[in-house]
Amino acid sequence: MAILIDTDTKILVQGITGDFGSRHAKASLDYGTQLVAGVTPGKGGQTFEHGSHKVPVFDTVSQAAKETGATVSVIFVPPPFAADAILEGVDAGLDLVVAITEGIPVNDMIKVKAAMKGSKTRLIGPNCPGLVTPGHGEKSHGGCRIGIAPGYIHKRGNVGVVSRSGTLTYEAVWQLTTRGYGQSTCVGIGGDPVNGTNHLDVLKLFNEDPETEAIIMIGEIGGNAEVEAGLWAKDNCKKPIAAFIAGATAPPGRRMGHAGAIIGGADDTAAAKKRILAECGISVADSPADMAAALLKIWKK
Amino acid sequence: MNIHEYQAKELFTKFGVATPPGKVASTAEEAGQIAAELGGAGLVVKAQIHAGGRGKGTFKNGFKGGVHVINTTAEAQEIAGKMLGQTLVTHQTGPEGKLVSKVLVVKSVDISKEYYFAILFDRGSSSHALIASTEGGMNIEEVAEKTPEKIIKEFVNPAIGLQAYQARKVAAELGLTGALANQAVKLFSALWNLYLKSDCSLVEVNPLAITTDNQVVALDAKFNFDDNALYRQKDVVAMRDTSEEDPREVAASEFGLNYIGLDGNIACLVNGAGLAMSTMDIIKLHGGEPANFLDVGGGATKEQVTAAFKIILGDPNVKGILVNIFGGIMDCNIIANGIIAAAQEVSLNIPLVVRLEGNNVEAGKKTLADSGLAITSADGLTDAATKIVAAVGKA
Repeated sequence: MAILIDTDTKILVQGITGDFGSRHAKASLDYGTQLVAGVTPGKGGQTFEHGSHKVPVFDTVSQAAKETGATVSVIFVPPPFAADAILEGVDAGLDLVVAITEGIPVNDMIKVKAAMKGSKTRLIGPNCPGLVTPGHGEKSHGGCRIGIAPGYIHKRGNVGVVSRSGTLTYEAVWQLTTRGYGQSTCVGIGGDPVNGTNHLDVLKLFNEDPETEAIIMIGEIGGNAEVEAGLWAKDNCKKPIAAFIAGATAPPGRRMGHAGAIIGGADDTAAAKKRILAECGISVADSPADMAAALLKIWKK
Repeated sequence: MNIHEYQAKELFTKFGVATPPGKVASTAEEAGQIAAELGGAGLVVKAQIHAGGRGKGTFKNGFKGGVHVINTTAEAQEIAGKMLGQTLVTHQTGPEGKLVSKVLVVKSVDISKEYYFAILFDRGSSSHALIASTEGGMNIEEVAEKTPEKIIKEFVNPAIGLQAYQARKVAAELGLTGALANQAVKLFSALWNLYLKSDCSLVEVNPLAITTDNQVVALDAKFNFDDNALYRQKDVVAMRDTSEEDPREVAASEFGLNYIGLDGNIACLVNGAGLAMSTMDIIKLHGGEPANFLDVGGGATKEQVTAAFKIILGDPNVKGILVNIFGGIMDCNIIANGIIAAAQEVSLNIPLVVRLEGNNVEAGKKTLADSGLAITSADGLTDAATKIVAAVGKA
């Protein structure tokens, strides 16, 4: 098991012929991911080659999904075209669409979210590092790597990781792996204020996943997604959770890199979030160096 | 990004939002001419800077007040002359103040009642919301906290946009009737068009006023724009006034770096926004004070690191630098070479602690150690924070 994706999940890449998309498509192929199709409008019929891999390129997502059986898409297209790319994946009936693209206008995402209501597709991102379900091979080879995370830092195991930040996720994963603890699935939900999947959605999935035994939740200033997740977990989550909230030193009213990382009031500071999460029975790390340690305080004792 | 009051007024006029007539002037003579066009009496001359508290501010030449009521064209010219080219200090500008290069000359109005009205992006519902209150001219956060029943909130379905009935409903809930309600509905609809077409994330009119001659007008406004949408908002970008921004942040944005200046003395340079925030946090946790937020993005090339070092070193408070890079896919050795080249190019002479992690990290650390430069290599986040705080001395 694992959540959302597993080692046999077939994925397609929207924007596979672009610089960013092709670089990470190659890294996923090297990791052993079942990357079966690419989509670039106007380049249908071409082949994306990497080593011994030959990945067919299609004009539309529908064609790619139909021909190859891909059920998940990852989007690397530039911001002006990203909303359209997401909706194309939804229209093709995919299970999961993962938008890596950073810088999509808020108005576009508001419309996308409204248009997705009632569809069967889940969106992760935008402005996210993607997801990894580690493989069982050496350095987690053979896993499903969707997006831009380094694959080799992972190890297959029983900790679920959910985060708004990319490099901070890698930090948590690395802390786990170097201590000998593996991950079931690592989900980067992205740093934008309007996203497809939030902390709570992922906690619920981890809670139901038999392979996941414990959870690390990484958040930051701005919004109330972490608090919402914590309040739910207090009464409903059967598994131990550790958390870290970035931005304790961030000045109010300033956007800290991520479009959504901005203190709006007294409730979305790092201190307020940490206090509420601790009240919900979550093991809160004060230092980003202690994310795995905070989990091990309450798990595997 | 922020805009000036006169630019907000120009946006209002362009989108048909009722507002008292006025124009911007760059010279005293121009201010006099505009005052004459506007009838010469019952006018206000306002210094144009981004900071608030202008009315109670003082110019460095001793002239008091950045907002003056005037009643003759000669007076308008004289007052504008005392403001233009001078530096205005308010409680928001800091002691260095802001240079005034434009003044707004605007018709003053007699207010019979003030309201609050805003359109904003509502994060919780992933949609837009109208917020209104009869408590105009007040701090709206305080009103929401103390008297939440006085806040009117109306959500907009993003698929169809603001509907006329919603504007009528808000006007009615504010207690407006007849011609006043009709004027308010027209103003709300015009403001919605402005908000949507300019990719705003906030348009706040405070106060929205009813004048003694029964006109509904927008008096003061605050705008926030969605940075992600600026690529398709050429007119909005043209309103940017970089002289009003932190020069270090302006320089950083030219190199595609995300920089925010803070008050501490330990600078940091990090890849990724979440890790950059966390690096500031861990510096503080170990007794230091971060001097900035700086996200170099995924790459951390020599060019970017050099640009980042230059910006960091432009801050005289900086006494040490912590570089924290989780290499991930990028080769740490390439990053290490980039850091060395950058340090040499800027002749770095303050403590530099580098924490590298990820791909080929051992080679990267060796490269740093063999460089002959005074670079301290750190193992892990805690070690890095401890070392830089020790090198700089606790704040």
